[in-house]
Amino acid sequence: MITIEKLEQIKNYHRPFLEERLKESANTTIKDGNIALNDLYYNKQTRIALKNCGIINPGNIEDYIAVDGYSALANILMNKSKAEVIEDMKASNLRGRGGAGFPTGKKWEEAFKYNADQKYMICNADEGDPGAFMDRSILENDPHSVLEGMAIGGYAVGADQGFIYVRAEYPTAVKRLKIAIEQAKELGVLGNNIFGTGFNFDIKLKLGSGAFVCGEGTALIESIEGKRGMPRTKIYRTAHKGLWQKPTIINNVETYANVPVIFQKGVEWFKSIGTEKSPGTKVFSLVGKVENAGLVEVPMGMPLREIVYDIGGGIQNGKKFKAVQTGGPSGGCIPEHLIDTPVDFESLGKIGSIMGSGGMVVMDEDTCMVDIARFFLEFTVDESCGKCIPCREGTKRMLEILERIVEGKGEEQDIETLETLSETITTASLCGLGQTAANPVVTTLKYFRDEYEAHIKDHKCPAGSCKSLIEYFITEKCIGCGMCAKACPVQCISGKPKELHIINKLACIKCGACMEACPKKVQAVIKR
Amino acid sequence: MANVTVTIDGQKISVPKDLSILEAAKLLDIEIPALCYDPNLEVVGACRLCIVEIEGSKKLETSCSTKVKEGMNIFTESEKVVRIRKGIIQLLLDSHPNDCLTCQKAGECYLQKYAYEYNLNFRKHNSAMRPQLIDTSSPYILKDDSKCILCGKCVRTCAQVSDRKVLSFSDRGYDTKIICDEDKNLEESSCVSCNRCVSVCPVGALIDKRQINKLRSWEGNSLTVNCKSCQYGCEFEIKSKNNKNVAVVAKSPSNGRPLCLKGRLTTELLYVDNPETPYSKIDGKFVETSWTEALNIEDVLEKINKLNADKSSLGDD
Amino acid sequence: MEFSFDKEKNKEKIEIFRMFVEQNKEDKGALMPVLQEAQIIFGYLPLEMLQMISKILFVPMSEIYGVATFYSQFSFIPKGDNIISICLGTACYVKGATIILEEIENQLGIKAGNTTPDLKFSIDSTRCLGDCSLAPVILINENVYAKVKKENVKEILQKYRDEV
Repeated sequence: MITIEKLEQIKNYHRPFLEERLKESANTTIKDGNIALNDLYYNKQTRIALKNCGIINPGNIEDYIAVDGYSALANILMNKSKAEVIEDMKASNLRGRGGAGFPTGKKWEEAFKYNADQKYMICNADEGDPGAFMDRSILENDPHSVLEGMAIGGYAVGADQGFIYVRAEYPTAVKRLKIAIEQAKELGVLGNNIFGTGFNFDIKLKLGSGAFVCGEGTALIESIEGKRGMPRTKIYRTAHKGLWQKPTIINNVETYANVPVIFQKGVEWFKSIGTEKSPGTKVFSLVGKVENAGLVEVPMGMPLREIVYDIGGGIQNGKKFKAVQTGGPSGGCIPEHLIDTPVDFESLGKIGSIMGSGGMVVMDEDTCMVDIARFFLEFTVDESCGKCIPCREGTKRMLEILERIVEGKGEEQDIETLETLSETITTASLCGLGQTAANPVVTTLKYFRDEYEAHIKDHKCPAGSCKSLIEYFITEKCIGCGMCAKACPVQCISGKPKELHIINKLACIKCGACMEACPKKVQAVIKR
Repeated sequence: MANVTVTIDGQKISVPKDLSILEAAKLLDIEIPALCYDPNLEVVGACRLCIVEIEGSKKLETSCSTKVKEGMNIFTESEKVVRIRKGIIQLLLDSHPNDCLTCQKAGECYLQKYAYEYNLNFRKHNSAMRPQLIDTSSPYILKDDSKCILCGKCVRTCAQVSDRKVLSFSDRGYDTKIICDEDKNLEESSCVSCNRCVSVCPVGALIDKRQINKLRSWEGNSLTVNCKSCQYGCEFEIKSKNNKNVAVVAKSPSNGRPLCLKGRLTTELLYVDNPETPYSKIDGKFVETSWTEALNIEDVLEKINKLNADKSSLGDD
Repeated sequence: MEFSFDKEKNKEKIEIFRMFVEQNKEDKGALMPVLQEAQIIFGYLPLEMLQMISKILFVPMSEIYGVATFYSQFSFIPKGDNIISICLGTACYVKGATIILEEIENQLGIKAGNTTPDLKFSIDSTRCLGDCSLAPVILINENVYAKVKKENVKEILQKYRDEV
């Protein structure tokens, strides 16, 4: 059995080794007992959920203990009542990092107050938003923080069994979690009679098998029960009747990773970061057409501009910024004139997007917003479970319309139909997936309506991205070098040497190979 | 059970607090449209048609899954509710074949009923429709996936009889469909033709095949009888036209009754004027059979005949 | 694609799998892990194995089939020796993943979701692989190829073609 003294011993023994190792690698600074990664990219960030990522060895529990790991759990089990833990969580106002931002403490309280012979803690690690990999990074680089957070939650609500539901696409995360759970059990920070307090807590891994909708709480529960991952209609709260009809708490990876730190450093410290209504930090996966793509953890409320420009280094290749997509398939596209919006739950909601799990995809002038809406709808149609009519039928119809528009076959009334469908799907769908499925369309219609109109009325794609609506053309600048004709995969370019070449538009597949092949100095091939 | 008072479409009513809004409305003779709801089946909230507006709540709630609460002020036909409900019905119509003229279900079909009530029509389009998968392998059930609205009532009712569970959803999203076993047809599957599924299907996706071409739903009369073949006494409907009984169909399998083929055939034999040949499933094949074989009374009949013969031979002496 | 499940050839695998099912049959919600194991051991879900699962776990075939068709990682046809996954997540999409997919399809002569007749390659278009900063990304078996360009596709595939 592990004791608090033993934990302290491990920490004191192991810490110098960790520091030594970090000194050798020379990419970290140790100041006042805090270890931080060196680099301008990290300097502008505030790392709580990611604080150990890139610093500790995830395969070694002693590394985690050396950075105060499991001390919060030990302290809570020895000194705090369940009600006190819940009170602290409520006071911290930590909000769910999975997307909806529901206060974690309130959620825990629901299950805590409900009497049952068995309760469950679930970690939702079914991170499925395309363009988001925050949770993956935490699971792979700091798995123990999630285990510790779950154990603290388990103690607070009275659960002795936890499940981590990991998506199948993350094999490395699964491997590392397995090792972490084994090590934690061996040491006794998981298992029976933890720190001699009589508290038992076990964690099992459950794998997804490729269904985005299983990120929805009740669908995830169905999946753990071995069924089709179709969301349940909400007759009961999952905090009362969830997994196998027992009180169940589901929190996301990043939420759990925040928990131990809050108890180590205190509620006041946590609340001093971020905004009043959204305290703490949020991890974003900043990707797309941005110079420095990667994971970014910043205080809530940081303006979008700072994230994209100061941390992300702005747009690649000197292109013009067009929009940021936040919140994945449930989120929306934020245009340039709103780039000073502070990034927190309320502010993003106000402009029609959502925080979501933290995907942040930057788009430049070459990205067609209609096509982006189509991309997300294609995703939703693929991933709709098919249970409720509005989502199953409605998203399919929306996608059909968007597909027509990007092909230049849009019709005058399409925009209106899209808006009607959006309302039906948003208002009437059973679960969050459906209720938010129309968001990418709604926000692009709101902020980029002119692009829709250009596709429909003028049969033009302003971004020059929709294949059916562009054509390649060789201008008078052509020197007749023949490079384009050579590169053309369908041999549709003709012309005599040293004379102007011509593209046969009927045969052209619009692959753009000619444009790439045309010598940089000449640039005779244009897209229009 | 304590009562609560709620107002539905302006009418006040006091009802037990474990009722759903839909059930409470029924007490006021307010029928809220619903396709996946059935009082005998688990509530799933899949069709979303039964949405209502509750004062003070921004979201519309499904009345099948929302319990009444003291003081609730509910609107079942508010402007918003009607707009969204129409949107949902239209989505179903857009995927549904336009063949009400020849559909056996016409007149009893809930999709048709709601389309009529909300004044909605089929629309011409070149986009996706339900797949044209029509299973004609069974002499008892016609399964037409092109008309299926995926309400899942058939799956739920089939699962209520523990050793059946023949039906399930397969695939997902728009491609979702109802399958038998591992996607077999009705003939090769373990289906026992009890027709529970047929009795709950709100549209023409599952039809009693022996009723087809005999009469339209609005013609003739129907009489409910209790089956005499076992102590359950399941209910069947005798359909008659021009003073002739033409078909027997299974009524809802309520009150824990299983429904079975033998019971239906027995009722058919008893009541129908010209009953069609019965079929039995032998090794995954339907074969024409005799009534004695279909009702499994060969031994009994033989014995009776023997006894009768003995009696008459004795009498001769 | 026509194929049949060779019980004789798979004898050992079947035994290993049967053990796994037996070991897990008491667990609640055992169906998912059992199907996942079958997919790993056989590379797909042979009908014969689904029937075995049905018998041991007392789950009807309809339910097993319903679950197996719901999740995209389960397959009813064998996969190739090398599984190429092209990430079509947002970041990769924005960076031209469809062009890479088309090139791979052209090179192998099959469409995404299919297996080459020689069972050497399968192409899957997948959801975000979580390597967005390296977009566009393809995954062949367990190897990640980052920032893939159309002209590199042939060379990448050749490596796996040459393997025996």
